[in-house]
Amino acid sequence: MIPELGNFSLILAFCLASLLVIIPMAGAITNNQLWMSLSRPLSTGIWVFMALSFACLAYAFLNDDFSVNYVARNSNSLLPDRYKFAAVWGGHEGSLLLWVLILACWSYAVSLFSKNLPMDILARVLSVMGIIIVAFLLFMLLTSNPFERTLLNTPLDGGDLNPLLQDFGLIVHPPFLYMGYVGFSVAFAFAIAALLSGRLDAAWARWTRPWTNAAWAFLSIGIALGSWWAYYELGWGGWWFWDPVENVSFMPWLVGTALIHSLAVTEKRGVFKSWTVLLAIAAFSLSLLGAFIVRSGVLTSVHAFAVDPERGMVLLTIMLIVIGSSLLLYAIRAPVVKGSASYTLTSREVFLLINNIILVVATAAVLLGTLYPLIHEAIYGEANRVSIGPPYFNTVFVPLMGLLAFVLGIGTFSRWKRTSVAYLKQQLSKILIASLAFGIIIPVIVTSEFNISAIVAVVLALWIVFSIAKDIFDKTSNKETFIKGLKALSLSYLGMQFAHFGMAVTILGVCLTSHYSVERDVRLAPGESEIIGSYEFVFEGATLQQGPNYQADRAVIQVLRNGEDYITLEPEKRLYFATGAVQTEAGIDVGLFRDLFTALGDERGDGSWVVRIHYKPFVLWIWLGALFMAFGGVLAITDKRYRSKKIISDSKETTKVKANRSTKPELVAQS
Amino acid sequence: MTAPRKQRMAIVGFIVAGSAIAIGLVLFALNEGINVFYTPTEVAQGVVPTGQNFRIGGMVKTGSLKTGELEGTLVEFMATDCAEDIPVTFTGVLPDLFREGQGVVADGFIDSNGIFQASQILAKHDENYMSAESVAAMEASGATCDP
Repeated sequence: MIPELGNFSLILAFCLASLLVIIPMAGAITNNQLWMSLSRPLSTGIWVFMALSFACLAYAFLNDDFSVNYVARNSNSLLPDRYKFAAVWGGHEGSLLLWVLILACWSYAVSLFSKNLPMDILARVLSVMGIIIVAFLLFMLLTSNPFERTLLNTPLDGGDLNPLLQDFGLIVHPPFLYMGYVGFSVAFAFAIAALLSGRLDAAWARWTRPWTNAAWAFLSIGIALGSWWAYYELGWGGWWFWDPVENVSFMPWLVGTALIHSLAVTEKRGVFKSWTVLLAIAAFSLSLLGAFIVRSGVLTSVHAFAVDPERGMVLLTIMLIVIGSSLLLYAIRAPVVKGSASYTLTSREVFLLINNIILVVATAAVLLGTLYPLIHEAIYGEANRVSIGPPYFNTVFVPLMGLLAFVLGIGTFSRWKRTSVAYLKQQLSKILIASLAFGIIIPVIVTSEFNISAIVAVVLALWIVFSIAKDIFDKTSNKETFIKGLKALSLSYLGMQFAHFGMAVTILGVCLTSHYSVERDVRLAPGESEIIGSYEFVFEGATLQQGPNYQADRAVIQVLRNGEDYITLEPEKRLYFATGAVQTEAGIDVGLFRDLFTALGDERGDGSWVVRIHYKPFVLWIWLGALFMAFGGVLAITDKRYRSKKIISDSKETTKVKANRSTKPELVAQS
Repeated sequence: MTAPRKQRMAIVGFIVAGSAIAIGLVLFALNEGINVFYTPTEVAQGVVPTGQNFRIGGMVKTGSLKTGELEGTLVEFMATDCAEDIPVTFTGVLPDLFREGQGVVADGFIDSNGIFQASQILAKHDENYMSAESVAAMEASGATCDP
């Protein structure tokens, strides 16, 4: 009964979404207030029924209703309750349900926080989101209904959730990730609405900004969680593999980052409008590409769901229709909107443009690397397969990010319209010297070796941090105390600096852990040990342990620091009963400056095992940086500017005052 | 030049420079990072030059796996497409689902003794899953391993 209720609410949500596509849009065209005003209650209705439907599926999982196909395939009566709940999105159908539920959440949120929005814009935005909801619900109802039943021969027990997914990571990673890339549908809907109405102005950019920031912040956390999960769960000791599915979540993030910066220019200066719209379309298109690649199985990957070409074709069709029609609309309407403000070569506009070019080029390179095996296969036939490995991605991506970090420092001090080169030199020369000096000296002293890549990374990270610090001190120097000055700064400014600081932290984490990690894969018999620096890892043998739905070989590795007991790590190798799958659980000692990572390999006879023992400095910083970035994004949303019109004019005046103040040193420098 | 034209030229300049750097990097990197896939039969025919990096796919020949009796973390096995066998050596941790009689994909090169030196054995994440490469190798050889 409950699954039928879920199915029924899914169909109701589909009907309401169809109404949402037609009525408010027709209202916006014919200027019918009543029709337009229906967009809010319809969005609410869709959200309610999607939530109900989701709750029904969760109920079926928690009560082991194995007559539901999807539950039987992805759950098992022995599974702990928290994983039964998370298993709702552990397979294709359920994760699609989560996808649409989150889409419904976003459109409900838009309808809630849109008091300042003109009714016709709101109607168009929600209608566009309705189109996407209709497409995906149709796809779900026709090809991947999670509520399908087998009433005859109901299985006695489920086939179990993939052991890889039986982890805390499954509970948090997909919801955050989906909140992120489904969230870009809001920016997309605003862009389409603006193109349809022909009103592509600063106000449009101001409405879009908080939604883009929110989606971007979620996506940052989602990607970081995925990377962290892979790190401790896969037992390879890596944290990013340039796997196709990692790439498809990363591309919307890169374009989303470009979009955030381009929106800033469009809001403040009214230029780059067409470009910004294109980025908004691109960000969501890449999210759709992600959905297609993950669910069609065209690329083999860790994440691929059950391969089904038919589903792939439907998704490909949805994707091509959405992308094609929005680009067509763009081609017809975008040239109408033109920017008028002028700016010089060394203005903030141009530095943000450079940021955009770098990010888009990086995205294109990642896209090429991800799709290249497909292109190659299409040209040379199925027998001639190629794969693109991490060396390609690292060679292209790392230099581009280095360039981005360098421009970031300069951009911090640039002003809108024009910034004199002399002013930039005066602001940046000390920072350059300081970051070069500390960036070279610190790594050499600490490690007593000269590793050029690590030094470049430290110099760039310091370059960013020093620019942030100097800019904040400059901006607070006119108040009596630093704290008072800090309070006077706008939240969106602080958000920006937090996010930039996060970038420096991530750069340090990525580069230091790549260059200074010590990785040993050794064969150890009980009692033998391996020494890395001041740590000694003593392997005390592995014993058989029973878990709720698995049995495990659990090793005991005693870690000594400078000869004294420090910690005991217990990496496991689990065998899950239901599927017979083997799964590695790493034993990790987490620290701010280094992780000690151990994982059990395979048994090699006489009680000896191959053991991975890694010493990974600064690895935590990779994810810490992402948290800073996400926090910066959230901080920027809370800026008063987005609340009401009156305060907006106030903040414009304060920026004027700031601009006046900042021109003074410029004049001094020129004279 | 007038101001707007100068501005436009500058932007075009940035974009051209950006794409030039990007294309250069991509071409260079593609050269480095691409791994062509070959089947054991193709390797046995000597299609692949010694020392060149590539990816081999096939099955782990039943009865060919040697681990415990070798030094340290060394592993030896035969990668087969049921028509030809290629000896493979690898040092390190084997993936969870590495088993005799199941699919395997490895990155590496053929040394002067005709042995495939694997730098990486790819992990599979589902016991039913045979990688596309392994399936392709089996189909290409047309042979079956059943006696």
